[in-house]
Amino acid sequence: MAIAPDERRTVEQTEKTDISLVDADVHNYPRSIDSLTPYMSQRWVEYVRQTGFVSPPKDEYPRFYESAARRDAWPPNGDIPGSDPGFATTQLLDEWDIDYAVLNPLYGVSRVHNLDFGNSLMRAVNEWTAHDWLDFDERYKGSIVVNFSDPPAAAEEIRRVAADPRFVQVLLLARSPAPYGRREFRPIFEAAVDVGLPIGMHFGGGGGPITGTGWPSFYIEDHTGMVQAFEAQVLSMVCEGLFVDFPTLKVALIESGFAWLPPLMWRLNKNFRGLRQEVPWLKKMPSEYIQEHFRVTTQPMEEPENPEHLMQIMDMLGRDDFLMFATDYPHWDFDAPDRAIPASIRGERRDGIMFKNAMEFYDFERS
Amino acid sequence: MSDHDAGTVAGFEIGALKQVEVGGRRMVLGRNQAGYFALANTCPHQGSRLSEGTLIGTAIADAAGKIEYGREGMILRCPWHGWEFDVDSGRSLCEPERRQVAAYAVREEDGRLLVTVGSSGREK
Repeated sequence: MAIAPDERRTVEQTEKTDISLVDADVHNYPRSIDSLTPYMSQRWVEYVRQTGFVSPPKDEYPRFYESAARRDAWPPNGDIPGSDPGFATTQLLDEWDIDYAVLNPLYGVSRVHNLDFGNSLMRAVNEWTAHDWLDFDERYKGSIVVNFSDPPAAAEEIRRVAADPRFVQVLLLARSPAPYGRREFRPIFEAAVDVGLPIGMHFGGGGGPITGTGWPSFYIEDHTGMVQAFEAQVLSMVCEGLFVDFPTLKVALIESGFAWLPPLMWRLNKNFRGLRQEVPWLKKMPSEYIQEHFRVTTQPMEEPENPEHLMQIMDMLGRDDFLMFATDYPHWDFDAPDRAIPASIRGERRDGIMFKNAMEFYDFERS
Repeated sequence: MSDHDAGTVAGFEIGALKQVEVGGRRMVLGRNQAGYFALANTCPHQGSRLSEGTLIGTAIADAAGKIEYGREGMILRCPWHGWEFDVDSGRSLCEPERRQVAAYAVREEDGRLLVTVGSSGREK
């Protein structure tokens, strides 16, 4: 159901100054390709009609629940979860009194082999986010979907969409055709830095075997093993000197978990002491680049048997402003704002996780 | 501060490393294009003998992918895990403020090498 302009709300929550909750990972989905065709050229609209194109490739495995969604996230109209801004706003923003929510449309434009068609979808997704979601409620902030299979086109799209200050980051997916530190991806990061936006690298993507040793059998392995892709991306981005070339570049790892980062930093530092000659452009220890340039969202929250271990891991990350709360709405592994972060995390550390760190990372008021 | 005889220069070729015991301390004595140097001979990481390592130059870069080779003979690389030390300062190339081996002043007099050993700290 289309949202008529006069039904769009002016939200008084955005006017209050006492921000207390930011959700750094929310998903909006086109209800079908028909949500995007209004933003596509006639050539590609006709192509969609002629071919019966439905959507880019999606999941590698059946994902527990249909659409990987909470069972209560299906809108009453029967459309897919995350496709109805009114329903999502009520169920998420209003229910939890969320001040800002960063939208990450997981629409696989980079997996469309026809680059021109993928680029058309890329532009359409960003227009749809702006018109159907950002116009709907000012608490929503956008992520620029880019076709990372065509980095020059992605860079052009970043420069185009960034003119709309409601977009607060550039969205990449963790599973990419090659690690993002490699030179072919430089145009994407150069554009992001030029327009002053951070990168958000989200769980997902695809195109090749999802582990370093081939295809596992089960979704539980896919879901748990995503950290392999994140590790490869962090290693690549640091070792290839991305942050030497772009010292102001910031990257949020979204839905990656974070308990794996301290041992990765230890191991990388240890190896750098012996293997520095391979990457002599690094002028600091690799962990320093990670701590300076990366941030991580909390969902899916690490849940060790002993909650005290969680505090220890947070200490091992090396800085207090590293984590940003996220729900991952409408997905089934949603983290509830009042339950996901252990009560033992209090005071400044809690405020940092729940809103302050994201307020610092994303310049929500950059307009 | 005291000077100790560390042996003759005869046969001490450029690029050579020797283990010597000077003033009760085990050192690695080396020679590069610029002259002689002396460092403590124990790697601070896991205790290898640096005299078994290699005297090398190293990769230098100011930007990603812009890699050059330089400082030939100025770097001593550990024979085990490859840590690199500046032979003049004893400091690690990766973490110069945190990791280092003691460096000692060396001079040549009458065909002999004299190493100056002080009471503590970096001594060169």
